[in-house]
This record gives sequence, C-alpha cells and structure tokens, in this order.
Amino acid sequence: MNASSTPGPLLAARDLSVRFGGVLAVDKVSFDVQRGEVFTLIGPNGAGKTTVFNLISRIYTPTSGSIHFDGVELTQRAPHEVAALGIARTFQNIELFEHATVLQNLLIGRHTHRRTGFWTDLFFPHAARQAARADREHVERVIDFLDLQHHRDTMIAGLPYGVRKVVELARALCVEPRLLLLDEPSSGLNVEETEDMAYWIHDIRREFGITVLMVEHDMTLVSKVSDRVLAMNLGAVLALGQPAEVQGHPGVVEAYLGASQDLSGLRREASA
Amino acid sequence: MRFLFKTSYDQDIALARHGGQRFWYGLLLVLLLAAPVLLQDYGLAQLTFVLIYGIVGLGLMLLAGFTGLFSIGHAAFLGVGAYVEAYLVARGVPFPLALASAMALSAGVGVLVGLPALRVKGLYLGIATMAFGFIVAEVFARWESVTGGNAGTHVKAPAIGGWALDSSIELYYLCLVLAVASTLGILNLLRSPTGRAFVAIRDSEVSAQSMGIHLARYKTMSFAISAALAGLGGALYAHMIKFLSPDQFDIIQSIDLLLMVVIGGLGSVHGAFLGAMFLIGMPQLISASKDVLPDAIGQAPGLKAVVYGAVLIAFVLFEPMGLYGRWLKIRTFFTIFPFYRKGMFKRQKSFQKSDRLR
Repeated sequence: MNASSTPGPLLAARDLSVRFGGVLAVDKVSFDVQRGEVFTLIGPNGAGKTTVFNLISRIYTPTSGSIHFDGVELTQRAPHEVAALGIARTFQNIELFEHATVLQNLLIGRHTHRRTGFWTDLFFPHAARQAARADREHVERVIDFLDLQHHRDTMIAGLPYGVRKVVELARALCVEPRLLLLDEPSSGLNVEETEDMAYWIHDIRREFGITVLMVEHDMTLVSKVSDRVLAMNLGAVLALGQPAEVQGHPGVVEAYLGASQDLSGLRREASA
Repeated sequence: MRFLFKTSYDQDIALARHGGQRFWYGLLLVLLLAAPVLLQDYGLAQLTFVLIYGIVGLGLMLLAGFTGLFSIGHAAFLGVGAYVEAYLVARGVPFPLALASAMALSAGVGVLVGLPALRVKGLYLGIATMAFGFIVAEVFARWESVTGGNAGTHVKAPAIGGWALDSSIELYYLCLVLAVASTLGILNLLRSPTGRAFVAIRDSEVSAQSMGIHLARYKTMSFAISAALAGLGGALYAHMIKFLSPDQFDIIQSIDLLLMVVIGGLGSVHGAFLGAMFLIGMPQLISASKDVLPDAIGQAPGLKAVVYGAVLIAFVLFEPMGLYGRWLKIRTFFTIFPFYRKGMFKRQKSFQKSDRLR
C-alpha cells in the first residue's frame, strides 16, 4: 500500500543511548527494522524496551545516537510530527480519550490527515462536511477490520479492558501508519483475545503492508507473529535473530532465569 | 423511547440528531424571538444577561470543559472586551467593527496568557491565570486615560451610521443573534478535527501528541477562542450595564464565571447556558426568599456568598456533571421508565491509567 521512497531499512537505530540522571536506561542500542516485517523487542522488566519506544515516538530525546525513519532523522523532529511521518503507536497502559466515544477516538486518529483549517471548521461549509465524510469512511474500514461495530457509539469509560486495547489498536491504524509501534499488545488480555491479537497483527502486515515493531512478553504470541526478535537486558542488546534462535540464546536464558553460577552463589550465601 | 436508525454518515455529522431535537430547538428559538412581546422590561433585561453570560460561558466551557485548562482570570478577558468596546464606541466606531476589535484584542491577550498554559497544568495554571486577572484589574484602575480609572466610564449605545441600538429590545436581539452564532460556531468546532483535538488534549496529552496534535498550538488556540468569546460577552455586557468600573472585573467575577460552567456541567454546551441561567436567576431567588426567611438569616450580610458556596459544594459532591447532567438523568429516567438504575451514569474508576509519562 505504501510505496517506499528510499531503499534500505524502514527504521534504523544507531548507538541509541539515554540516561536519566545516574541510570543508563538504554545503552548503545542499534537495530534495523526492515520494510514489511514484524520486529519484536523482548526482555525482562526494566530492560529498556518501552524507553526505546518512547525514543522512537519522541517522548524522550536520546542522550546520544540517531534514529532514521525512511531517510528522516527522527531526533530532529518534534514529538507531534512523528505521526505525520507515518509512525503510530499504542501504549502499555492504554491512553485513550476516556470521555469520548469510540468513534470520536478513531476520528482523532485521523488528525494528521485533516484537510480543514480552523476557519473551515468554524463555519462548517460543504468542504468540511466532505472531509468529515471521508474521515468517517476510513474509520469505518478500520471498524470493520477489527470488528468494533457494536462499540461505535460507546464511551471509552464504559468499555471493558480487552475492548479498549482493540480500540487503541484501531486508533493507531486510523493514522494510516507505515510503522506501527505496539507496546505490549497482549498485556491484560485473556487467551482468546491474545489469539485474536495475533491474527490481527498478521493481517495488518499482510493486508495493509504496515511494518510492526512491538514489545511483548507473551512468547507464544512473539514466536507466532514475529519475523525477528531483539532481546534486551539492562538497556543493552543481548541477542538478535529468529524467534527460536533468540529464545535459545544462552544470554537470554540467563537474563530471564539467572545463570547456574548465580544460583549456586546464592545457595552458598544462604548456608553460610 | 426513540430508536435511531442510522442510514447515513451525515446523521452523525448533523447538529440535530433527530426530528424531536429540531422541533424543540426550533420552539426555543421561536420563544426567544418572541421574548420581547412575552416579557416585561425587567424579564427581558434578565434574559439579555443570560445570553451575555451564556456567550462568556461558551468560551470558558471550551477552555475548561473541552480542553481541560482552568482559568481563574476570565473576568480579565471580559473586562478587556468591555473597555475596548466602550473606548471605540465613544469615538464613533461602528459597533460591528468595535465588537470585532473587542474580540480580536481579547483573543490576543488570551494568546499571551495561553503561553504559560503550555508549561503549567491544573492548579498551577489556575494560579497563573488568577495572577493575570489581578494584573489586568490593576491596569483597568490605573490606565485612567482609557478606562476612566476607579471613577468609571459611561458606555454609549452601539451605533452604526445614524442608527443607534438604544432600546433594550434592539440590544436583546443583538445579543440573541450573537449568542446563536457563537453557539453554532462552537458546535461546528466540536464536530470537526479542531474540537476533537481539544478533547484529545483534555483526556490524554501524551496520546494526543502521538496522534500528531501540536499541543502548544491547540492549547493557545483554545485560550484565544475562549478569550475572544469572553471579549464579545464583555462588549455586550458594557452596553447592557452602561457603566464600567474596574471592580466589575475582579476575582469574584472570575470565580462566578468558573462557578457558572461547573454548575452548568463541564463538557457540555448546554451547561454554559444552564449555568448562565443559574448565575442570573440565583440572586433573584435569594432576594425573593429574604421576605420569607427570618430576619436573622434573610438580612444577614454575605447571604449570597454563603448560598453560592453551598450550592457549589453540593454540586461537586452530588452532581459533578452539573445541571446538564441532572437533566440527562431525569430525561433518561422517563425515556426508559421503569428501567432506570441508580448506577447508570456512574463513571468507572480507571486503575490502569499510567502516570509514567506525565
């Protein structure tokens, strides 16, 4: 759907570092996200995955390093410009517009495609009505895709958690992004909802040609949908490759479970 | 009970959602147009004040109710509008031009005040705007060549060419036309991307930003529109009250305005006008009750402040959605009778809301 303007990876992060006071949250992380792939960041809590996300969506500014998105240096852009470049995201703890309906939330997702200015909006001539219809048509396609028809006019505040998660995904899709950032898409979802999520991620890539970068803990989901996986620990890259390779990587196993020496060390201390 | 059968996207874009709404709002408009015939002079003056405060309320509603920015200095914008109007009309400027200038200058001042809003939030923004209100009130008192200082200044009737709108009926119609136009303007904004951007900022700044909304621009815009409407209301207020002095635009006035939108119901356009009716109607009720109440209470000084305070506390505790929320509940009770449940309008507490990015 989206023609690529320059060859090479869609997103290229080089030597990304960010420091909060004395904490080095991300330490010289480099990775490429290829066009059309599903790329997953995994790692234990506090590994710096969400921080990498927030660097890409410009909520944080890196201390050093660069992020190139399709030839554009992201670190030079203001946070609100990122969406217009074609990057949409969801949040780990759901950041929807609570006192608005699902439909209104999705229409806000169309903001970067707005064709009317303030004065047009104020007087609402025929052009504004046309623009409103066009936005609505696009939103309806997303509603159909994610089966949200029943919730169209419901306030977010009255929706269950699982549906909110889907609405957030829908809102990101309304941006018509080229890169979709999903921060823990399956957190808080039950098994069935997680399965739906896996199908949707699959379809998003296949039908819309959207590249997906996600942070995820559920390894079943990760291995089902990801093309490549990047494992992080303590802000640094541990391993990069196919899901199965990374899962078997000794460094990754150690990060999640601890090394055998550690355990024996603990044992000695306890007995002493 | 009414079931809406939607067959076109235009039904969601239209201002009136069904025939019933068209009928009732049409009837309201007819009654408002006929008001000079139906009401005595006093009643008409009160209705004019409701319209004027309604216009100011619309502006504050957009800012506080839809963008989530609180201003405790709105009387300053009211004052800027009023003094600009008085100054220009006194120099023979036609009133449409004077009204436009009052709006434009207030909007300009609004942009200036909006700048701190980009940095501070919530209570701190309230303090910043309150300080601004004090500064402006001081300017009104000191800049005697323009404002007449504490001695006050008289306001001429609005005029264009040889035609002066010096009767109360003409002024009423001017206010009615402007109130209807402002309401339509606000409703148009709210059903278009600009209004949705405001709502997005109110509910979650971080995700509004991720959706591509330029926070600084839209917050400033909201302040400017709000100030422009307050300026328009101020200009009409100047014509209505015919005499301006700085003490009309003090902190008490600002708090009255904020009280108006909170009691009307934050986040509803109806609330602006319901709040205005409350603000204008309450003193009448209080003075009417003075005859009935024992002297010790009825004649006590500060009765009005106590009643206002008590009503505000009661609303915040028992009806946070304001008068409009109360009306919605009553209407729902009757439309779905007998299926109304107590908890229908209870808002779910959200425990998942993230504080990380704030």
